[in-house]
Amino acid sequence: MASINKAVLDLKRLDLLANNDSVIHRLDARAKVLVTCVFILCIVSYDRYELAALFPFFIFPAVLIALADLPALFIARKIALLCPFVLVVGIFNPVFDREVLVYLGPLGISGGWISFASIMVRSVLTVGAAFILVGVTGFTAVCQALERLGMPQVFAVQLLFLYRYIFVLSEEGGRASRARELRSCGRKGLGIRSFSSMIGHLLLRTWQRAERIHMAMLARGFTGQFHAYRQSSFGKAELLFVLGWSALFVFLRINNVSRYLGTLITGLFT
Amino acid sequence: MSHHIVEVKNLRHVYSDGTAALKDVSFIITHGESVGIIGANGAGKSTLLQHLNGSLEPTGGSIHIGHTPLSKGTLPDIRRTVGMVFQDPDDQLFMPTVFDDVAFGPLNLGYATADVEQRVTEVLELVGAGHLRDKPPYHLSGGEKKRVAIATVLSMSPDILVMDEPTNGLDPFARRQLMALMRDFEHTRIFTSHDLDMVMELCDRVIVLHEGEVRADGPAMEIFGNDKLLAECRLEKPLSMQGCPVCGGGPARVSRPHPPHHHHHHHD
Repeated sequence: MASINKAVLDLKRLDLLANNDSVIHRLDARAKVLVTCVFILCIVSYDRYELAALFPFFIFPAVLIALADLPALFIARKIALLCPFVLVVGIFNPVFDREVLVYLGPLGISGGWISFASIMVRSVLTVGAAFILVGVTGFTAVCQALERLGMPQVFAVQLLFLYRYIFVLSEEGGRASRARELRSCGRKGLGIRSFSSMIGHLLLRTWQRAERIHMAMLARGFTGQFHAYRQSSFGKAELLFVLGWSALFVFLRINNVSRYLGTLITGLFT
Repeated sequence: MSHHIVEVKNLRHVYSDGTAALKDVSFIITHGESVGIIGANGAGKSTLLQHLNGSLEPTGGSIHIGHTPLSKGTLPDIRRTVGMVFQDPDDQLFMPTVFDDVAFGPLNLGYATADVEQRVTEVLELVGAGHLRDKPPYHLSGGEKKRVAIATVLSMSPDILVMDEPTNGLDPFARRQLMALMRDFEHTRIFTSHDLDMVMELCDRVIVLHEGEVRADGPAMEIFGNDKLLAECRLEKPLSMQGCPVCGGGPARVSRPHPPHHHHHHHD
């Protein structure tokens, strides 16, 4: 549970990054959400054997991390946390897909391995983009942007509450688990039986706490809308940001820049 | 200034499991009063407080805040008038930074951004938490959390301050700090607490709840002087009114509004 607590603290840290001030931070949240969406769409639309063409897309996270002064290592570690899940998704590709597609000298690489690598690269790119979006915008602002872009308010508020209650639940869970651990004196305790009742209690306690938090929100005039302190408007900078990046993504999507570079370099030597 | 009056008439609350938490509670609190609501665990204190800003709906009876009856339509107005500080500051602080948290209320009330900025800064200075504005609330100490929680309510400029167990879980220094802060407020103040010394120092008037009913309502000194009443309600005199445990001497002289000081010294 300690690791869960730590993961939650890290999530909070990600949100805190959004309070920094930089060119990227100052942009309207909608622009950043739009660009991230275009980015993810472009990545996802590639054929499953595509690998080389994905690499130029790393320019987007790299530029954003540099401009927004985000801690790159921290983001990388967050992405690494998700790798096991991606591994599970892709691990059977090499087993089922054995048709050899590429030869690296004497070594034949099957389509399975290529699609597996492609899945890994894609998830690093998309998940990284999502993390960076939260890091330069803040989760609350992302939800507001989605709402202003036309997502129904009900969904936006649901998302916000989900986000808020993840913390409540994991904190309660961490406490309950610590109490169990301490009383089971390093052994297994009552095993699975104690867990079932613990989870029941956890649900009830979280429920009560959630109700108290909701009450505190109502007491402070909450009417179902989160207001952003940082007011911003969609101006020239935002338009430039959206058009510039989108154009680049579409260009990269249509042209395989890696291949051009490759032929260019091999052309130099022949 | 009649809008600071709190009038509770024959209030009754029965929870859905059949527990009658409040049976028949009536009182009037007028402008600028500082009232302590005391009682044993389960006497109905928290239930009563939750009624004061409409978090619970009465089973019977009525509540008026400044001659406005508490109802669905008047709820937003009443919640601005009655500032509620919860017992556990962790329930109250939910935004990523202290600043955001204190700004939450004013933003909901629709104040302009510049006003919000100024208001938040003022209020944080007032509670002595100006240096915490960019910190995340979960990294604060108990005393700091409490003061920020109070700031989140003050930022909405309420007329009436309601606090549930304000000194609960604070170290002696933080408790003194908080009490000094609360003493300076000009709002109508309503506290619940088991910290009877705090109640005696801050409240002129005390309401004793016992099993969902008002058992006594009067000047603090009078109530705390009534041993029989206190024993029946599972309470006891504030420590500063009890004899000295070391020398068996009489109670320390209480000179309000200053905190009582134990003047005699023991040598070993």
